[in-house]
Amino acid sequence: MSSSATALTNSNHTSGLSGFLEFEKPLARIQHDIEQLQHEQDGGSKKLAVNIRQQHARFKSTMKRLYSSLTPWETVLVARHPNRPLSTDYLKLIFRDFTELHGDRTFGDDKALITGFARIGKHKVMFIGHNKGKDVKERVACNFGCAHPEGYRKALRKMKLAEKYGLPVVCLIDTQGAYPGIGAEERGISHAIAVNLMEMSRLRTPVVCAVIGEGGSGGALGIGVGDRAAMFQHAFYSVISPEGCAAILWKTADHRKQAAEALRITAPELKKLGLIDTIIPEPMGGAHRNPEAAGEALEKYITTSLDEFKLLATDALVAKRQQRIRDLGSFYDSPSELAAREKAKQLSARRSASRSTRLAKRYVASTNITA
Amino acid sequence: MAIDEALGPKDKAALQDRVEIPAGLWTRCESCGHIVYEKEVAEALNVCPECGHHRRVDARTRVAQLVDADTFEEFAADLTSTDPLKFTDRLPYKERLEREQKKTGEVDAVIIGKAFIRGRGVILAVMNPKFIMASMGAVVGEKITRAVERALEEGLPLIVVTASGGARMQEGMISLVQMAKTSAALARFDDAGGLYVVVASDPTTAGVAASFASLGDVIIAEPKAMIGFAGPRVIANTINAELPEGFQTAEFMLEHGFIDRIVDRGQLRSELARVIDYCGK
Repeated sequence: MSSSATALTNSNHTSGLSGFLEFEKPLARIQHDIEQLQHEQDGGSKKLAVNIRQQHARFKSTMKRLYSSLTPWETVLVARHPNRPLSTDYLKLIFRDFTELHGDRTFGDDKALITGFARIGKHKVMFIGHNKGKDVKERVACNFGCAHPEGYRKALRKMKLAEKYGLPVVCLIDTQGAYPGIGAEERGISHAIAVNLMEMSRLRTPVVCAVIGEGGSGGALGIGVGDRAAMFQHAFYSVISPEGCAAILWKTADHRKQAAEALRITAPELKKLGLIDTIIPEPMGGAHRNPEAAGEALEKYITTSLDEFKLLATDALVAKRQQRIRDLGSFYDSPSELAAREKAKQLSARRSASRSTRLAKRYVASTNITA
Repeated sequence: MAIDEALGPKDKAALQDRVEIPAGLWTRCESCGHIVYEKEVAEALNVCPECGHHRRVDARTRVAQLVDADTFEEFAADLTSTDPLKFTDRLPYKERLEREQKKTGEVDAVIIGKAFIRGRGVILAVMNPKFIMASMGAVVGEKITRAVERALEEGLPLIVVTASGGARMQEGMISLVQMAKTSAALARFDDAGGLYVVVASDPTTAGVAASFASLGDVIIAEPKAMIGFAGPRVIANTINAELPEGFQTAEFMLEHGFIDRIVDRGQLRSELARVIDYCGK
């Protein structure tokens, strides 16, 4: 939630491992071995070269193992990786002809949200994206991607412009959340986000959203209502930061790993819950290890979505979007339905349990295994 | 003051205990500290007769205070949370819910219905700060949405009395997207020309503040109600400074242009009726 705080924790989680995350220690060790071997190889031994190649293979397989089973907290670390590609990187990698449009026409120009015309594939679009900043100076200038009300109002202004000229809107989400500060409250951060939610739900042009790194609560949703929502494979999207949740519910931030687990913030979990439509695959080891490949996957998602939405009449598009939003979240019609469902669940669990015992018994009998 | 300073916390507690002996009859106002007669407070719509402090009230009490006697017809009363994440912190969410349900006699944190206010038909939604601080999960989002849709169907004004600590963490992202769901429903209502009035009561914050509570055609707030997005402690930690006096109150919001009026609880009925007469069809 607090902007500067996470920037600091970021460096903490990688400190001493030179660019490696906490859980990547095995990779750091292999990398270290490789570097040493390379140092020795300066003499030019064949045996060493083979050894180095083996270590590289080991590096790759270890990485594959680590990244195929990231825990939710590890996902958070990857999503916050200091080298993870940002909106501005994707602007260069997959968008062309970016023409930035500044300002909300009321208060100022929030650098935490960048907006402007751009081309992607054969589409002309309005680009909206959080900007976390590449270096310290830029990060401070854009508040580490935590937008103020003027950022959300700027985004909406440009969306309205896009609507007027039939340009689809592409929103890249990457923020810890809206900026928690006095000025943000004075200038109506609640109002700014609320209005965006309402207006985006009825914007008469396609809106395609993707969480590329951190999806932090209302600050993310404030540019996240659209016809389709996707997440990068190792991005996360949460109602509150795991640290914030732990501090409130467990009364100590130490439980952030449990909180990350309990909140179900990873792309597969959210897809299962029906809250996102698409998971954009990342290159092995995370987007930061191969931004070009990540960019390609993102481009594919955006262009195929836009191709599809282009075929819809505007009324149908908006009606479909409204219905999609209407269906978010499930509930029981009454407490008795809850009770009935639980009973049914227990029954079926018992049945399947007894079925598996029966099957096991039959198997045992058929193979003449004596228990 | 002098005596107060001389007393240790134990003495103070003892004193407070002694003062509050006729349990329930007399209580100490949490704002001004005066000993007030409970019956008198209740008659004053849970407003302190000494200092005008507006106490938080549960949803049923609020409805009774706001609508013409016996006109409230509740609907969608039984919608129940599915505990979609099977969430557990120090206590399983399911248990927490059951506990709250037992304590309050309510199924979740908002009640919706049709009612009359000074003879004017309305759809009314009232959030319940006594139920997990009226946090918004799937049930609250769905009920607010249904209230909007009913108002749209029946061509009635919609009045929402907001109070909320924000999104319900135990429902994770499902609670976050309720912000979009309620706002999208209000977009349809707005397109149809429906009148939507918000009465922001203490506290209206975070995910609720940043969705339907900020989207009223007219936004009324109760005096001194806390209204804001980010938690004050989070802000203080981020900027590393003390927050100004009166920050994130109804008065602060009025001064900065984000609400239309601050209205005493006793005047709410007549104010709402007047707004409806100007805007209602």
